[in-house]
Amino acid sequence: MGFVGGGRDSGWRASAAAAVAIVLTFAITAGPIRGAGANPLTAYRRYLVTPLTSAFSVQEVLLAATPLLFTGLAVAIAFRAGYFNIGAEGQFLAGAIGATVPGLHLADLSAWLALPVALASGAVAGLLWAFLPAWLKRVAGIDEVVTTLLLNPVAVLLLQGLLNGPWRHPESGFPDSATFGPGYAMPVLVGSDRVHAGLVIAVAMIAVTGVVMVFTPLGLRLRAAGQSPDAARFSGIAVARLQWTSALVSGAVAGIAGASQVLGVQHQLTGSIAVGYGYTGIVVATLGALSAGGVLVVGLLLGLIGVGSQNASLVLQIPPQMGDLVTAVLLLTVVSCLALRHYRFAGRRRAAAAEP
Amino acid sequence: MSISLIAVLGATLTIATPLVFGALGAILGERAGVLNLGIEGTMYAGAFVGFLVTDKGGSVWVGLGAAVASGATAGALMALLTVTIGVNQHVAGIGTTLALVAACDYANRVLYSTGTQVRVPKFSRLLDDVDIVGQYLLTWIALLVVGPLAWWVLRSTGAGMRLRAVGENPEAADVAGISVVATRYVALIMGGVLMATGGAFLTLALLGSFTIDIVSGRGWVCIALVIFGRWGVWTTLAGALLFGAADALQLQLAITPEFGDVPNELLIAVPYLVVIAALVIWGRGIRYPGAYLRPYRRA
Repeated sequence: MGFVGGGRDSGWRASAAAAVAIVLTFAITAGPIRGAGANPLTAYRRYLVTPLTSAFSVQEVLLAATPLLFTGLAVAIAFRAGYFNIGAEGQFLAGAIGATVPGLHLADLSAWLALPVALASGAVAGLLWAFLPAWLKRVAGIDEVVTTLLLNPVAVLLLQGLLNGPWRHPESGFPDSATFGPGYAMPVLVGSDRVHAGLVIAVAMIAVTGVVMVFTPLGLRLRAAGQSPDAARFSGIAVARLQWTSALVSGAVAGIAGASQVLGVQHQLTGSIAVGYGYTGIVVATLGALSAGGVLVVGLLLGLIGVGSQNASLVLQIPPQMGDLVTAVLLLTVVSCLALRHYRFAGRRRAAAAEP
Repeated sequence: MSISLIAVLGATLTIATPLVFGALGAILGERAGVLNLGIEGTMYAGAFVGFLVTDKGGSVWVGLGAAVASGATAGALMALLTVTIGVNQHVAGIGTTLALVAACDYANRVLYSTGTQVRVPKFSRLLDDVDIVGQYLLTWIALLVVGPLAWWVLRSTGAGMRLRAVGENPEAADVAGISVVATRYVALIMGGVLMATGGAFLTLALLGSFTIDIVSGRGWVCIALVIFGRWGVWTTLAGALLFGAADALQLQLAITPEFGDVPNELLIAVPYLVVIAALVIWGRGIRYPGAYLRPYRRA
């Protein structure tokens, strides 16, 4: 093809690549938006601007971003170490289930004990769901991509099985759990109606991860293990053990995400929690360049698009799935443009002379 | 306890059919060096496009043709991302799956907003009253035509050898005058065609309709089956039949009175767990294709 290696990375090239990707995303999604009978410019104003114009909808954006900040962080922690945990969806659901156990069966705990117990229970459940693939990778070298992926539909089935069986609502008979004990409601932030403490926990965990990644030897070893495992091994870094630890931490963070969602938003376990927060976490982590700051920015952006797509579906009758489509297309265009920025189109003579 | 062995065997072949198509499609890409995690979305697109065009065009054959075209397009997209642009294969695959699923769900909502389930004409079984032989035509095509053909092409033809060479050692293949780019494009497009055919089987043979959870992880199962089968055609087919048998057995158990107390969801999860168990037992020390996950660039 007509590309040769250009080598050097520079800030303006990355910015230009991102700008091109955004224009491409708009161009690709404009057709389907027209197909639903709406004007693409009006639709994008709904997606990106309208949610920021009122205090209420800004809160909705923060609420929608909260689970994505967690799952994005979870995926970034694993990917950083070169462990491809694509099972954040299953670990998220396991965490929601884990938090539900004390929420229903220790319903009388007082708030100062109930929330730590439920969050810890969610973290442990997410960790356990991540354990099998991590263990298989470590002892038998079995590819984690496949095993983490396969456990996602199993987690959905576990959720449905619990809701149709032991946790079916005692009064309504619907496949929703009963409401948790009163101590299990995540406190709502001051000055807000629905934004809950999960947001604070997520931002705090992102900040801690950022500091560890950038300023500590552990962060350096993690990045080395992810970027160049052979070189890392050669310089005495225990790559396998680092990946094992990151895999379990990643699962625990995804588990806390599920716990935060049931404790902060739903106050019961319902099937509507399985809407792909874990898969979107892969988008958040990748678009955020696996960095803490990137996860924060992209998580908020996708929260914005999520609220905007709900808004556009009410006002403009564009199905809300357009939000997911915009997100996925943005992922593909951004990674493509970033990959292409290392190349330049080469004339015939220069191609022969270019160095790799 | 009475479980009809004939019924289980018959259902095994039916259930294995989409997995055979999907897994063979995945083998083509992976033997050429590209892991196509777009498989879940490609099967979903095949299922939806097959359903949509059958509904609007009136014929299952036209619908199947459209599904095939959608699979070729999805494969070409994956090739553009991983071969030409050189995006990380995991990210490209997951992104392709997310984009295809979202696009189909969106189109489904725009075109079928009423909420009532739309039924379309579907393939009928050959010899409907004979249990094991009474399968869909696509099942026999998968097992008796596509499987052996894929094995023969990969093993004995020039095209198959070029494909494997590109997947094992692209540098050497390039020096030998084989186009790495063209070979990978063809492998991914053909693979996409097979995956989408597997998806279309779900709507156009099994269901005669479309639901949003119709693929429900079968694409991921295919990826696991390929590893389980160590990229061999026959071993992968055996894996697909193993999954089919586990699924057929759980369907029978679900309607057996003695198992009435076992939650349905636990039974549905059994085949997934069987695949993971199979990977644990036989998945150790696997040798991956030489250029697996590696984009190729001339030095």
